[in-house]
Order: sequence, then C-alpha cells, then structure tokens
Amino acid sequence: MPQDELDRRIIAALQGDLPLVPRPFQVIAENLGMEETDLIRRLQGYVKRGWLRRLGAILYHRRVGVRANLMCAWKVPPERVKEVGQYMASFPQISHCYERRTYSQWPYNLYTMIHGCDEGECQEVIRKIALETGIQDYVALRSIHEFKKTSMRYIDEGDLDGLD
Amino acid sequence: MRSGTKKGDLSVYLSSLDRRLLTLLQDGLPLVAEPFAEIGKKLGLSEGEVIERTRELKENQVIRRLGGIFDTRGLGYASTLVAMSVPPDRLEEVARVVNAHQGVTHNYVREHPRYNLWFTLIAKSEEEIEASLCALVKQTGIRDMMNLPTRKTFKIGAKFDLG
Repeated sequence: MPQDELDRRIIAALQGDLPLVPRPFQVIAENLGMEETDLIRRLQGYVKRGWLRRLGAILYHRRVGVRANLMCAWKVPPERVKEVGQYMASFPQISHCYERRTYSQWPYNLYTMIHGCDEGECQEVIRKIALETGIQDYVALRSIHEFKKTSMRYIDEGDLDGLD
Repeated sequence: MRSGTKKGDLSVYLSSLDRRLLTLLQDGLPLVAEPFAEIGKKLGLSEGEVIERTRELKENQVIRRLGGIFDTRGLGYASTLVAMSVPPDRLEEVARVVNAHQGVTHNYVREHPRYNLWFTLIAKSEEEIEASLCALVKQTGIRDMMNLPTRKTFKIGAKFDLG
C-alpha cells in the first residue's frame, strides 16, 4: 500500500468518477493543490509500477446485451493447469480465469467467469471446453441473486490526513 | 437510446459510434491533459461531443463508473473468493453481515446444494482476510466456509467486446 500521503490522496480521488470536463486532470490536481503535469506524471508512474491498470469505464454489462453469466469451477489435473488455463483464457466470452486453492471436499482448482448474450451461449462455452480438454469434472455455479457489486475503495477518505 | 422491449431485458440500443466510444473508454483514457479530445480524434468527434455522449451513457446507466481501475495485488492488497454454506432461510441475514465487512466487493447467491453464498474479499494482508473470516464465523455461527485465494491468474479483464 502506497505510504506517500499525496499518492494516497490521488488514489482516493480516482476511486470515484472522473469529472467529465475537457481537462479532468487539471480539476483533480487543483483539488489536491498540485500541478496538472505533476499529476499526469504520477499517474503514468502508477501504471508502470503496476498500481493502476487504467483510467477507464466499467459498464453495466446487462445494458450492453451481456445478459447471462456463469461461473464454472473445474477439476484439472495439476500438470495440465497451465495448458488448460491458457486455453480457457483464449475464449472472448471468458473474462476471468484463475487457479485457486482446493479443499478435500472441493477439488475444483480452475475457475472461469463466462459471459454471454444468453445462458445457452455460456453453456456452449462450457461444452466446448469439456470436449476439447476432456475435462468432465466441473460444476457450473449459476448466480441467482446479487447482494453486492461495487468497486473496491482502497483508501478510506476518513483516514487521509490533511484533507479538509 | 432506448431500452429493450422484452420483459427483464435491460439492454439498450447502442449506435455503432456509441459502441466504438465504449470500447475506447473501456481500454482506458490516454494519460494526457485533454484525454477526451484525443479519443474524439479517433472517432471523428469533437471533444465536446465525446464528453456529451459519455455523460449520456452514464445517465442511461450503460457506464457504471469512469475512473481508476487499480491492480489489487499491485497495490499490495490480498484478495480472495469465499464460499459459504448458508441455510436458505438465513441467506438475507447472512448476506447483510457479509456485506457489512469492509473489502467485500461482490456477493452472490449461487445455485449449489452446499455452497450457496459466494463473495470476494479484499484486505491489506492475508492475515487480515483470515481475521475477517474468523469474525464472520463468530457473527453467523456458520463454520462451513472455504477461503479460495488465487494461486495463478490466467486472465483478468472486465472489458466487454461490443463488436
């Protein structure tokens, strides 16, 4: 976690929405009492250091025609995890693919988040992966209800010093 | 922009220009003084038109947020996926307790006979995650819980291909 107070204040400012004005960084910089060029240079540094992926849009996927999603957990032999994981990641319908810890009662080690215009498209991706890889032991975990979906607030504004 | 007509269909009609704009906005703003002007050059739009359309896409709830997309691990945070076995009649109550924990970003009921509540948790360290989960066991009395941290990431990208 960045320790520099100005870095923390910049990150706090970027957790929300960018101002929709011709020069958004100037507005943010002014609020933070710094120069626009310094802010932009710091942001470029954050990307280089791997703190910031990008300044971009997150969409409501149901509004852009992605109506269905399905999480699927797969039991893949350890020696095949890399090959199968890379294959799964190659599907445009798969947004996330991770290897995760297993438990004796839960042997599934690879997780895919699949999106499609309907559930049939998601099922089709699962069917194709099972067919191509020969991995038949999987569990599709359909979401029934969403209790929470937010972006992480890394810095609690209340923790910042020097903000009035 | 109009909404879909089928019941439960929340999708909106997007022109090809909207789609191209959304693709560029998902890829990220250029880190320059006038990022919207830069995007406008690629679309043949003025800076003002890009800002206006972007505002409309937010108002129409196509864009959830336009801001910093951070790398949780890059920032030094730990994150995990947690699966819980919750009696169906306690889902609402337990979900409320889970949601109240700082760092819970996603929380879903999923169709499974045993593990039916799935949430993601971000904290400053693995120890803090363990402490949060211990507190959750105490608060709910539910012990059948799996902490499923990532061993390896093959893909992470919440960008949608809008063709």
